[in-house]
Amino acid sequence: MLDPLTGIEAMHFDGYVTVSQTDPLGMITVRGNFASKPFANALKKAIGIDFPGLRQITLADTSMVAWMSPDELLILSTWEDKTNLMDAIQKALGKKHALVVDVSDARRTFTLAGPNVREVIAKLAPVDITPGVFEPGEIRRTRFGQVAAAFWLVSQEEAKVICFRSVGDYMFKQLKAAATPGSELDIWN
Amino acid sequence: MLIFECPYCGVHAEETEFSPGGEAHLKRFGPGSDDTDFERYLFMRENPKGVHFERWRHVNGCGKWFNAARCTMTLEVFGTYGAQTFEPPQDLKDKITAKRPGWSWRDFS
Ligand SMILES: [Zn+2]
Repeated sequence: MLDPLTGIEAMHFDGYVTVSQTDPLGMITVRGNFASKPFANALKKAIGIDFPGLRQITLADTSMVAWMSPDELLILSTWEDKTNLMDAIQKALGKKHALVVDVSDARRTFTLAGPNVREVIAKLAPVDITPGVFEPGEIRRTRFGQVAAAFWLVSQEEAKVICFRSVGDYMFKQLKAAATPGSELDIWN
Repeated sequence: MLIFECPYCGVHAEETEFSPGGEAHLKRFGPGSDDTDFERYLFMRENPKGVHFERWRHVNGCGKWFNAARCTMTLEVFGTYGAQTFEPPQDLKDKITAKRPGWSWRDFS
């Protein structure tokens, strides 16, 4: 499909792992003092999902909440839901000291799918992604090649990678290179 | 290659995920301060062979600044701790003492 924001064809590559640009997601950054009960309760009520633990990502029907740092959460939703969600959060937090920003336009998301999905990530990010060490439920902020990124495993054969929109092209190209047929390492398969 | 554990997000990662921020525990002397203090603050840095304290930032990660103690000779990292401190925690100092008896660094030992 065409990217609704740029009007260009979504990026897709069928390698030994499939790399595809996903439909744009709604992404809202919330920063504040999560140790404060009134703040945390108000936010929880607005998003309707429990907060993730350290480096965790919690999944609900159409939205997710990711732990980004001790004072930052990333709330992911569908593109259509984000405006309502943003309003709900801002209303719930009222005058409480917080930062709530819609960062959806700043990001690009890729889906990696295939039995060797861990391997493609391991080629690009300095992360121990051995089965048992890194499992679905955890989100990892790191770098892919030269650029900052975050990823999580949806299942043993599917991962999501998010990065800044400005480096989306670079990200796609390096994921494509890492997933090129013939470059399999078969470490975990 | 240095391997740090970020005290804020608990990630155990190698140094390319971090960025160095120079010497730790510098006290700022700004306008109106004594010339000697100002000069020391601006220019005088430790350059030890052995135990050293530095600031690092988990730049490709949670984004937080923290402090780290390491050996400049062997690249062994003794430990990391939060940035909101004026000196290394006692348990870290004890750990360094066990490995490098008689060490000292600025006012710490
Ligand atoms: Zn960190």
